[in-house]
Amino acid sequence: MGATLAEKLIARAAGRETVRPGEIVTCRVDLAMMHDSGGPRRVQPMLERLGARVWDASKVVVVTDHYVPAVDAESAAILRLTRKWVAAAGIERFHDMQGICHIVLSEQGYVRPGMFAVGGDSHSSTAGAFGCLMIGIGATEMAGVLVSGEIWVRVPPTILVRWSGRLQHGVVAKDMMLALCARLGINGANYRVVEYAGSAVEALSMTERMVLTNMAAELGAKTGLIAPDAVTVAALTEAGVDQPDALDWRGDTDATYERVLDLAAGELSPQVAAPHSPENVAPVAAHAGVAIDQAYIGACTGAKLSDLRMAAEVLRGRKVAPGVRFLVAPASTRVTHQAAEDGTLATLTGAGAIVLPTGCGACAGFGAGVLAEDETCIASTARNYKGRMGAASARVYLGSPYTVAASAVRGRIGDPRELLG
Amino acid sequence: MRASDGSGAPLTHTGRAWTFGDDIDTDLLAPGAYMKGPIEQLAPHCLEALDADFAHSVRPGDVLVAGDNLGIGSSREQAVHALKHLGIRVVLARSFGRIFYRNALNLGLPSLVCADLHAVRTGDELRVDMVSGVVENLSTARVHACEPIPPHLLEMVEDGGLLAHLEKRLRADKA
Ligand code: SF4
Repeated sequence: MGATLAEKLIARAAGRETVRPGEIVTCRVDLAMMHDSGGPRRVQPMLERLGARVWDASKVVVVTDHYVPAVDAESAAILRLTRKWVAAAGIERFHDMQGICHIVLSEQGYVRPGMFAVGGDSHSSTAGAFGCLMIGIGATEMAGVLVSGEIWVRVPPTILVRWSGRLQHGVVAKDMMLALCARLGINGANYRVVEYAGSAVEALSMTERMVLTNMAAELGAKTGLIAPDAVTVAALTEAGVDQPDALDWRGDTDATYERVLDLAAGELSPQVAAPHSPENVAPVAAHAGVAIDQAYIGACTGAKLSDLRMAAEVLRGRKVAPGVRFLVAPASTRVTHQAAEDGTLATLTGAGAIVLPTGCGACAGFGAGVLAEDETCIASTARNYKGRMGAASARVYLGSPYTVAASAVRGRIGDPRELLG
Repeated sequence: MRASDGSGAPLTHTGRAWTFGDDIDTDLLAPGAYMKGPIEQLAPHCLEALDADFAHSVRPGDVLVAGDNLGIGSSREQAVHALKHLGIRVVLARSFGRIFYRNALNLGLPSLVCADLHAVRTGDELRVDMVSGVVENLSTARVHACEPIPPHLLEMVEDGGLLAHLEKRLRADKA
């Protein structure tokens, strides 16, 4: 009987020929990623208590993104502690204020096909777009990994989501994920791996594929995965990674899936999640006309170069509606630079966008751009839980960068296809 | 019944129930606005968006009872830490967000999956056996069969969480 991609990745990390869903195995960790919020400030006292050191500093990546740039003495202290710990622990792969952790991992070529990784963040599933099985864990679990280089996992069953056909212009990976959140429910893939396949997935760029694996977290999945192909190899090469066995990492044709979901990309329209849950989803038409105070392009989910370009495509030659704040927080300094070079930023700022520093920003309510009581926002982020982006009574809608930009132009939620040529 | 050495978490517990509904996410348990500070500052805001009284009325030894998807969302461990800090000793839910579940056991907050807890009301006295998964409602004399804590994690829970467990193991390695 064949194995799924997830089973192969776990078997390799566990030093086994094969593994089966439900088995509990111990895996060697190829890479452990932490950020400033859940990382050094939390694990340092634990390692001190244990009198232990990091098992292998070359396998650890630390990124500051949640509290950057510092806005008060407390966030500045968190960042200082992070920098000091990284230096003391001898960690060379430290990326200070260079982008949101999941984006930095991909830009640096740290996550590669065949790897088993853990991250101190729930959206660690993003790395699955590269055929790397990466699991989100908490700080104490991370301390355990840092001491031992190992972690136990229960081998998850896999749900295979196959998207056939071709997306219409103006409909993107974010819409695919919002539709899937509605279909499976917010914890519908709990303890499971979601693997994406099919012609519509193969047609996506790497950064769009990362939206699918990123938002596997919203399905409650252990992680999301996409088998590497020529698009993956090209992205790895661009990041300076030469990996001859990249294409070997795929599920067997006779692998057993817990469930196979066949979905048609061609029929999909832009989707919007209404407050206060990513599963509260309907086609954009259902929410068309809802007045907004703010439109936000940001987060690991929706502020990569491809996302900024989508927004620019809508905004070219147009203006943000009076009374609407249109905020753009690029996902990395590299994205900011590339968007500056190719004119994307000029299009956005010309339309009235306000460019914010790179980082998690308002996504988790930690940084600039949070909402007041009763305000309404549409965002390209992944989560719209009550109170997450600011005041508890604020309403956050989720949509693609196209939909967010179209809503900014109109001052009301609207279908981006009406503004695209 | 397995004995406890007193330093960790005993594997049975009796306490007063606090009931909540479905989809309690980590932002409700540990609101982002208080994530910068120490747990003493965060814990009073735990679940305040749902029940402003909870953090002030909860007593040491109480049991949190929730519906589906408890702790979905972020990996922030403060979601568990806040409950523990307020004195919650055991968590029962129909289902958990997977990271919250692991965080809870790692922090020594026993958490059990219980399919049927509809009949439990806030204030009921519950007796929880973590090895067998049996939950007795002493106030209503009903018995609920829950899923026990996975056997490979019992020793860690008994030790009081992953850190205490690692500490013990590191000590044993040195000896
Ligand atoms: S951008 Fe938002 S979702 Fe992504 S890592 Fe930061 S806080 Fe989490």
